[in-house]
This record gives sequence, C-alpha cells and structure tokens, in this order.
Amino acid sequence: MNLEIQHIIYLIASVTFIMGLKMLSNAKTARNGNLLAAAGMIAAIITAIFFHEGEVKPIIYGLIFGAIALGTVVGWLTAKKVQMTKMPELVSLFNGMGGACAALIGLVEFHHNVGDPTSIGIILAGMIIGSVSFSGSMIAWAKLNGTLKNAIRLPKYNILNTVILIGLVLYAVYIVWSGTASEMHLYLLFAAAIVYGILFVIPIGGADMPVVISLLNSFTGLAAAFGGFLYGNQVMLTGGILVGSAGTLLTLVMCKAMNRPLFNVIFGAFGEGAAVASSGGPQGNIKEVGPSDLAVQLNYSKKVIIVPGYGLAVAQAQHTIKELETILEERGVDVSYAIHPVAGRMPGHMNVLLAESNVDYDKLKEMEDVNPEFTQTDVVLVVGANDVVNPAAKTDPSSPIYGMPILDVENAKTCIVNKRSMNAGYAGIENELFFRDKTSMLFGDAKKVLTELVTELKALD
Amino acid sequence: MNELIQFFTTNKEMIFIVILMIFVGVEVIGKVPAVLHTPLMSGANAIHGVVIVGAILLMLNAEPDNYLSLILGTIAVFLGTLNVVGGFVVTDRMLEMFKKKK
Repeated sequence: MNLEIQHIIYLIASVTFIMGLKMLSNAKTARNGNLLAAAGMIAAIITAIFFHEGEVKPIIYGLIFGAIALGTVVGWLTAKKVQMTKMPELVSLFNGMGGACAALIGLVEFHHNVGDPTSIGIILAGMIIGSVSFSGSMIAWAKLNGTLKNAIRLPKYNILNTVILIGLVLYAVYIVWSGTASEMHLYLLFAAAIVYGILFVIPIGGADMPVVISLLNSFTGLAAAFGGFLYGNQVMLTGGILVGSAGTLLTLVMCKAMNRPLFNVIFGAFGEGAAVASSGGPQGNIKEVGPSDLAVQLNYSKKVIIVPGYGLAVAQAQHTIKELETILEERGVDVSYAIHPVAGRMPGHMNVLLAESNVDYDKLKEMEDVNPEFTQTDVVLVVGANDVVNPAAKTDPSSPIYGMPILDVENAKTCIVNKRSMNAGYAGIENELFFRDKTSMLFGDAKKVLTELVTELKALD
Repeated sequence: MNELIQFFTTNKEMIFIVILMIFVGVEVIGKVPAVLHTPLMSGANAIHGVVIVGAILLMLNAEPDNYLSLILGTIAVFLGTLNVVGGFVVTDRMLEMFKKKK
C-alpha cells in the first residue's frame, strides 16, 4: 500500500512542478506558482521519508530530521536576510548546494552498485555533472559578490578545458568498463570534476555570469534527474529533467537578449575582443554637471527617462530614485524607466529592485517600447549603466558588444550619466557616449548624488 | 547493440518520462517576459532541489554502521534542504515585490 501512495503523491508533486513553472512565467500567477511548487516539494519529501518500505534504524531518522531542520533554518534565514542586490549570487549559491547534494549521492551509492555497469554509469554521470555545477556555482558566486574580480585565464584555457572534459568522460567510461570497485578512482574522478567546474567558469567575465548561472542551474537539474534514474524515482526524474530543459531554454533566451551565442560566452570571445577595443578607445573631452544645475534642468523638463544599471543596485539607490521620481511627478514632469533586458547582473534584476521601492509597474518600460520615445525626451538620466547604452554596439563592428541591442539614449535632447568614475563598464570597454556634446557626466556614488539632487529639487520650490 | 536494446526495454518508462519532460520544460516557459527571467530561474533552481529526495533515499538505504555513508548522506540532506528552502523563499521574496503595488 505504501508504494501506491508514494507513486500517487509523486505524480501530484510532478504536476505541481509543471504547473508551478508555468505559473511562474506570468506576472499575475507567479507567486502562487512558486508556492504551489513548494507545496509539491514538501509533499514529495514527506512521502520519501514516511512511506518508505523496509526497516530503518531510528538513528537514521534522527540524522535526516536533524539535517532538514538545520538546513531549513539556515536556508530560510539566509534567503530572508539577503539584500535584493545580492539576489543573483544567492541563487548561484543555492544552485551549488543542489549540485553538491547530487555529487554526494554519487559518492555514497558507488560501492552499492559495483558490478552493475548501467547503474555505475548513471552514478558517475550524476556525480560529474553535480560536481561541475557545485564548483562552477561557487566560482560564479565569488565573482558576483566581488571576491573574484577578474576573469582568470590559463594559457590556452579553451584547449585545456576541452582536454580535461574529454579526459573526465574517458576516465568515467574506463571506470564503468573495468567494473573496478576501487574508491580511489571514484574520488579521483570527483576531484577532477571539481577542478573542471572551476576552470570552466573562471575564464568567463562577470557580465556573463547570469548566463553561466542559468546554465549551471540546468546542469543541476540534469544531475537530479540522473539521481531519479538511479533510484527509479519518478519525481526526481520529472523535476530534474523539467529544470534541465527549461533551464537550457532560459539560458538561450538570455543569450539572445545579449545577442551573444552561448558558444561565445563559454569560449570567451568577449575578453579577447575587449583587450583590442580598449586600446583604441574613443578619446575627447567630457562635460561635468553638478547636482544643483541638474536639478534646475530636470525641474523644467517635460519628459525624463531614467536608465538604471548595476551601479544603482550597488549603491542601494532604488529608494532615492523613487523619491526623485515622486518629486518630479509632483512638478508635472513625466518620468519613466527604461529597462534593458540585461540591465544589472541578471535579466529582470532591475525590475525586482525597483519594485522593492514601490515604483509603479507601468512606469517600467522594456527596450522595444521605450526606444522610439527617446527623441521626445528632454533628459535621460543614466544611473550606473554603461554597456547597455554604448553606441559602439551599433556602430563599431570591432567592438565585443557589437550587435547587442541597446537603449538609444543618444537620441534624447540631453543625456546625463551618473557613474562613480570614468572606468570602463563590466564588459571592459570604453563608451563614446560619454564624450558626446549632448552628454554630461554626474560623478559620484549613485545614492549620494541622487540624494543631493533630491535636496536641490526640494530647495527649488 | 543488444545491451542498448536491453537498457531501453528495462528502463522504457523512465525514458518516456525523460523525452516528454524535455518538451514540457521547453513548452512551459516558452513565452516568458524578460521581467520574469530572474524569478523564473530562481524558481527552477528551487525545483531541482528535488535532488533532496535522493539524499533521503540514500540515508534510508544506508547501513547504520557505515559511518562515512551516514556522514556524507547527512551533509547531502542538509545541502538539499538549503537548496529547496532557500530557493523557494528567495523566489517568493522576489515575487512579493511585484505584487505589492496592485
């Protein structure tokens, strides 16, 4: 009887995963979709524990409940406490935990299945993918939170990585083929997979991390699915494959938004192109503007568009920008936000951030809708964004971001760019927009200068 | 060749699930707006936390005197829980913000 109940609940859980994911792709139903999938997950976990066939020692139950309790507390607190700006690296961190979990399953189950080549093959595949996902996610996490600043490239890293990958696969095939029971081979393979995950992500630039995280996310899904195959467990299989395929598609969609083939992201055409571009970057004079002058200018504008970027997130200036918006609206200025699909560190990152400070959903405009509006705009205020407004993407075929769709801020009457310094953007390339006649620079930390701007605006009344 | 056919025969239900799920996964998020990419990725991240079920099965099948297995298994359950709980809570926090102003 237990087995039947198990199957029914696993089926229901699988359906909640599918429905949940479906609902997540629509703004109205998204939150309920997430809760639905969570409910399905809880049901699946409870079923796995309580409808198990066979004798189990109490100590094992103790360990399971202890681990779940501790994991729940730690996971809950971390997720509740994290700042909205740190969201992307947290997703990467949790993804890595799932990968590590899959890898550990492989490590433990190996010796139970010696002599059964099919199971060993499945175990090794799950372990390799899980390990790569784990170490890769940790590197992505370190890159996003700033611990690892630069892309580290070993000489001939593409060839090196490919060789290691082929070596990994051959080694795994050898272990399956030889039917060895030696755990030494297993741990060597595990270590090699961890190293490969590190080498896989470390040469990729920070700007591409969202794509990498999405890719590793689908890897973990795949690793979970291999676990499902091993245990003959349908809910792991459906959940894992679902995320594997949806995650792959999402990765491709993100690449498309940046106009960069996935191949280029992984094999890093970005960095090499950037080195060339920055040496021959545009030169010229820049104009600076202070908060008081800008306040006057904004006060007498009819239409202002704000272009938020990662700098806004770093400075935690989302509430200040909302304050600015409110004051300008009171003065009869039409204010909206132009959201580039890859603004920030993740697609949708800016939307989440601005939603946090109660910016009206209708004021957030997507790139295609807002681009024609720039010609009728008096002032564009670019806050901490760079590459997404770089005209080189349209004009300079040698630029590494050539072909990426950008926000046409250059069409506006004036363009104010808030940056901390003249340093190049995340892609590491110069931006000729800053040297244009219509452009003025507003240097300083976004939160600080925006607060000054708000004060100046209030004084104008 | 014989091995392949045998593998297919013994695992045919599983293989059916895999193939169908690939299409379902692609179909389900086919028309997602860019705004929702981050929450969707995060939600998918939480769903693959289902790997915790594997960790639990590992523990339930483990020999009580194999301490290495028990230690690794307990860590696996802990990590899986982090993935599940953290994943769903973070996604909910993101989506909470979209909802607030309506």
